[in-house]
Amino acid sequence: MKALAELYVQQFKTTLASMFQYRASLLIWMIGQVLEPLVYLIVWSIVSNNSGGSVGDYTTREFAAYFIVMMVVNQVTYTWIMYEFEYRIREGILSFALLKPIHPIHSDIADNVSSKLITLPIMILIAAGLAVAFHTSVSPTPWAVALFIPALLLAFLVRFLLEWTLAQAAFWTTRVSAINQTYFVVMLFLSGQFTPLTLLPHPIQVAAAILPFRWMIGFPVELLLGRLTLTEALTGLAAQAVWLIIGFVLVRIVWRAGLRIYSAVGA
Amino acid sequence: MNFLRLFGVFFRVNVMGELAYRVNFFWQLFQSILSLGMSLAGIAVIFSYTDTLGGWRPDEVLVLVGVYLLVGGIIGLVIQPGMERLIESVRDGTLDFTLTKPEDTQLIVSIQRIEIWQFIDIVLGLAVLATALIRLGENVGGWQAAAFVLMLLAGAVIIYSFFLILATLSFWFVRVENILAIFQSMYEAGRWPISLYPGWLRYGLTFVIPVAFATTVPAEALTGRLNWGTLLGAAMLAVVLFTVSRAFWLVGLRHYSGTSA
Repeated sequence: MKALAELYVQQFKTTLASMFQYRASLLIWMIGQVLEPLVYLIVWSIVSNNSGGSVGDYTTREFAAYFIVMMVVNQVTYTWIMYEFEYRIREGILSFALLKPIHPIHSDIADNVSSKLITLPIMILIAAGLAVAFHTSVSPTPWAVALFIPALLLAFLVRFLLEWTLAQAAFWTTRVSAINQTYFVVMLFLSGQFTPLTLLPHPIQVAAAILPFRWMIGFPVELLLGRLTLTEALTGLAAQAVWLIIGFVLVRIVWRAGLRIYSAVGA
Repeated sequence: MNFLRLFGVFFRVNVMGELAYRVNFFWQLFQSILSLGMSLAGIAVIFSYTDTLGGWRPDEVLVLVGVYLLVGGIIGLVIQPGMERLIESVRDGTLDFTLTKPEDTQLIVSIQRIEIWQFIDIVLGLAVLATALIRLGENVGGWQAAAFVLMLLAGAVIIYSFFLILATLSFWFVRVENILAIFQSMYEAGRWPISLYPGWLRYGLTFVIPVAFATTVPAEALTGRLNWGTLLGAAMLAVVLFTVSRAFWLVGLRHYSGTSA
């Protein structure tokens, strides 16, 4: 446990140093993170204004609030492990990580969390600026705020575990970009990034409830915006917990199988 | 002629390289069709709540989707891969080999890498465009078609010159591939008519990163929205940017020869 804590602290320092090294790439990455929800915000605002100030159960201002909170939640839960892992395996860097006595997922989590700690304040500033620009605000109930924190944390963990599992595809195929793109396209719809899920046809909403995507992004947003009843919120947390367990199991199984293939190639 | 012959040679080489990975074709096909299906579904959702989007009717937005795919395919087919390779070869010094070849270096670096699977997006883009045109019916005249082709050409030249200028920066700076990454996320915004966006974003997407010329302007030409000012402006910008990028490239190349000598 102590070794693990030391690893996290050390990784934090390393990540911090490398982030100041690559300020430009950080900035470019954030532009992308802001632009995508902003585009959907603008599109849906126009649709809403066209149809008399609201679409479904969202007014123009609520759309703005939805996509701005979405921007922050997406930033918190985002991972780049699929690109990273492909590079590690292609270049053989993974071999060094295997020499360490600790599962490599720990340094990945530490790296991810550290860089978020630095970028999150900037993202919150941007979100606040956009909230002023689009004349919107969020006034959640106390229990929604209280549940938002664990929901966000679970969303991060579920997304991290599942994307870490997906990243292992690089063990089996050399070109993972098509797999990643497919994943992102499906996620765009089913996570609520394109539009609030309540505006989609019913079958898609059912699919979104079963699959993990909503629990990684859309659910915390809906919770903070006060769109869920207490029962719905608790059910959601339970769904996140189930996906967390599935994620744990997947990471273990796929990592072992992948390592066998990797050592076969490296030997 | 020389250009066509060289393009043919590089094309053959790249095809041979890719045919070793035939499974990629099916992955790419699946992925392209899924992306297209999702973007059509997105448009269907939006137009189930409204009749027009910033003055664009559904079939006109469909034209834009076709142009977006087509131009994105062209960028991914030859422009971006070539420029990424150029940046790499400046860094690791392999550009020296290209310099010894008895052809124009800019021509070679621009067409040296061809991602053949991107033809899938080009074909899908053309199919979407054709479908959209049929649905729009007789509203498309000969002039509009001519303006469309001209604007598509201008858009491609503008994007190519823009990429070349960025890639040429690698003669002075080491890490410019990140700037290419910015283009990717900006290009996403070109899925929708640029006129939807607030002023600052519209100007950014027109004059800082010229996404508007690649997607919205050709689509405007085809749907009869283009005025003479924009048409002439885009054509002139293409000529100017092409000349400027060529001049900048030559300066960069001299600088490169200076450092390695």
